[in-house]
Amino acid sequence: MSTGKSAGDPLQPNEKLNIFAILDGLESYRSPRRPWTWRKGRGESREIGDFTYLETSESLKNSVPLPASRGMGYIDPQPDVVITTEIASGRFEDDIRRMRMAAWNGADHIMVIRTTGQSHIDSLLEGTTQGIGGIPVTRKQCRATRRALDLIEEEVGRPINFHSYVSGVAGPDIAVMFYEEGLSGVHQDPQYNILYRNVNMQRSIVDACESKAIIAHGGMLQIDGAHNANATAMEAWKVMPELIVQHAINSWFSRRCGIDPKLIALSSVPPTAAPAPCMRLDLPYAVAVRDIFRDYVIRAQQNTKYMESELREATVTHTLNLMISRLVGTDVQSTITPDEGRNIPWHYNGIAACNTARQALIGMDGLAGMVKIDRDGPLGDTVREIKERAVLFMEEIIEAGGYFEAVRQGFFVDSGEYPERKGDGIARDPDGGIGSDTVYKRDDDYFAPVSVHFGRNCLPDGVAKASDVIGGDTFEDPDKIVFIDELDPEDNVHQRLESLKPYYENPNRIRPEVEFMSDGVVVLTMQLPTDMRTAEFAALKIGEKMGLEDCVVIHRQVMHPAEGTYVELRGKVTFDIDISELVIPPVIDVLSEKDIRDDIAAHPLVVVAGTVGEDEHSVGLKEILDIKHGGIERFGITYHYLGTSVPVDKLIDAAIETNAEAVLCSTIISHNDIHLKNLQKLADAAIEKGVRDRLILVGGGTQITNELALEAGVDAGFGRGSKGIDVASFLVKTRMEKRS
Amino acid sequence: MSKKDRQSFEERRAHLATLSDDALYDYFWELTAKVVDPLLALGRDFTTPAIERSVLLRMGFSSLEAAPIVDGALSRGLIGKGCGHVVWKLSQALGVSIREAGTALARGEHWDEAERLFAGGAK
Repeated sequence: MSTGKSAGDPLQPNEKLNIFAILDGLESYRSPRRPWTWRKGRGESREIGDFTYLETSESLKNSVPLPASRGMGYIDPQPDVVITTEIASGRFEDDIRRMRMAAWNGADHIMVIRTTGQSHIDSLLEGTTQGIGGIPVTRKQCRATRRALDLIEEEVGRPINFHSYVSGVAGPDIAVMFYEEGLSGVHQDPQYNILYRNVNMQRSIVDACESKAIIAHGGMLQIDGAHNANATAMEAWKVMPELIVQHAINSWFSRRCGIDPKLIALSSVPPTAAPAPCMRLDLPYAVAVRDIFRDYVIRAQQNTKYMESELREATVTHTLNLMISRLVGTDVQSTITPDEGRNIPWHYNGIAACNTARQALIGMDGLAGMVKIDRDGPLGDTVREIKERAVLFMEEIIEAGGYFEAVRQGFFVDSGEYPERKGDGIARDPDGGIGSDTVYKRDDDYFAPVSVHFGRNCLPDGVAKASDVIGGDTFEDPDKIVFIDELDPEDNVHQRLESLKPYYENPNRIRPEVEFMSDGVVVLTMQLPTDMRTAEFAALKIGEKMGLEDCVVIHRQVMHPAEGTYVELRGKVTFDIDISELVIPPVIDVLSEKDIRDDIAAHPLVVVAGTVGEDEHSVGLKEILDIKHGGIERFGITYHYLGTSVPVDKLIDAAIETNAEAVLCSTIISHNDIHLKNLQKLADAAIEKGVRDRLILVGGGTQITNELALEAGVDAGFGRGSKGIDVASFLVKTRMEKRS
Repeated sequence: MSKKDRQSFEERRAHLATLSDDALYDYFWELTAKVVDPLLALGRDFTTPAIERSVLLRMGFSSLEAAPIVDGALSRGLIGKGCGHVVWKLSQALGVSIREAGTALARGEHWDEAERLFAGGAK
């Protein structure tokens, strides 16, 4: 399956990312080491289109603008904060395509989720095995992904930060591999291992010191794991003091391991969501966090605790979260796909999340300069109270005998609002958990011959730098990195590509997809006039009758207990479409709005219009004419509308009387080809009256095509879906040709 | 939150009530350091199989080679010396490259020699 393209060739917007080229020669590919990158041009005011922006960064070379930009010259202002997208299909070859789409939709921080269970593997994993809910993070997966991102960032014109997780019992191994493979951001927080992954706490702490020293050396951005306390707590609105304590422990720990505070990011999440009065609860918390952590940076995470299966609800929650980001500031804006509450995030939902962030952040550009956080009122009191509760929490950890003892006693993830305790916290034994009894005292002559190391390292006499004795380590001489390709002959990318060969070899063959290439998944939305449970089973039957396989109801929502239920049904189609067999009419080039206006201004244009024959339809024609529907009137064209059931003679006479240059003739009814006969009559009438040459005759209607209209003897035809600009553009172009 | 719990917070906060915001900030970070410092001490004085593997990876060994070297060091009681140290010292003693010494250890060879090299309390 050679493609003749080399991996180094720049991407072309009209060509797919070539996975075969990405994999070719991967063993010798080396990405430049990538320290974390912030967006460029922040803090500058910027003129984009008709607007002045106060909180943007440099624009992209290639992007997909937001839909509403159509009426604003397709501008695509980029917010000043880094936008994260999470990618978790389980196959990196599909992930990288999603990354490209996300980059075009404004993401510059690509966070790859790890497969379930990797935390407990006491080694690096190798190869490209498929994961569940994420990929097994391996050297090959990372290198291939970074290689793709190197091309993608060139295509969009902005550096992309590649990110994954340094956690579990192989943290230092992974930190080394990440440094070597050019990752720019990591999650690292020993508390996460201890509380949620039951990794032995001593092991987790000692490993974290080494990992963090490597992260510091790599200039990577580090994100903590405090948001998990929010997601895990029974009643998340009570967990704020603890969140602050967890943030502080990891932040100070990381700083002492050498990480620059400006690269220590708090994973700060607004703890609550509506129907709680979430802004009034979350805003003081956000202010308290920014007060206490003023030396550090904020990664605004979105609330996932109160996420159900409705995409709309999740999107509103996230938009409220984004308002907090804009009011009190953030450095990195995370996005959570709105479908995370119901399945592994799908491609288009990941993009939807990026766009929610982009749209909301740009929409609130400069808002913080117009409103003020009022600390004199209840907000100030609440901020102070949250801080005091966090201080008391920290005091009690010390009174209890320190961090390990506090964890043993179940201080953390208790659902009481501190100092209240419900006794339902996560308690861990300091001597138990995964990797217990694997912490060893360094002897007096302990020596690690590497360039970056945390803690005691006894250099032999006469040695100035530890790694000198081995002639430099892999951080200094990347040629020493050992690349392992595949360990599993069955479960690897090459086998997966082989199984999808028909699609890779023939790009004309396509099938819908949401997660993996050609997975066949489609979603049906339907309103069923029955109760919720019945609707669910009715929907499954509908899917079955439509020939879909593996149908699952992914969302159901009561509109009324008896009157109806809204259902979203996922199923799989079992057929392919050959796009080379599709009959697709050519796209007609349309002049720009400005060119049309300019020409009309220079050469005013009058047209007459009406529906002909015994035909009372008028909606379509009015949409072509009226300014409020984006019709030709808005370009400055004057029209005389004669109404419905107009005889063709009358249209021509009116054109002569008003000195019009064109006639727009709508004809909807089509039995016995009456619509085409009407157009022929129109052309004949113009010839009889001797004005055919000076009139542009245009036919329109749902059953009209340009080809049919030309056959009928008029100059153009516009069918279903035509817009005012299409007609205006045709009229102006035709006049230009006549003039020249 | 019940009235009783609120009182509990009120009682406990008495000593904080008079602190300025800045003083509260300083106090918070002072407490944080007290919680974190013992953890850092642990990190300075101890090592783990993962740290030792990470050293070996940086010395140019693969994950498949690093694991058995660490296992060998553990069973010979040498992990406290540092696994990279063991590899380096063996390479010196045998007059071979770092990679040759390490891959031999990974195959289970020269462990007696490695043990001998550290028996004399070498510095």
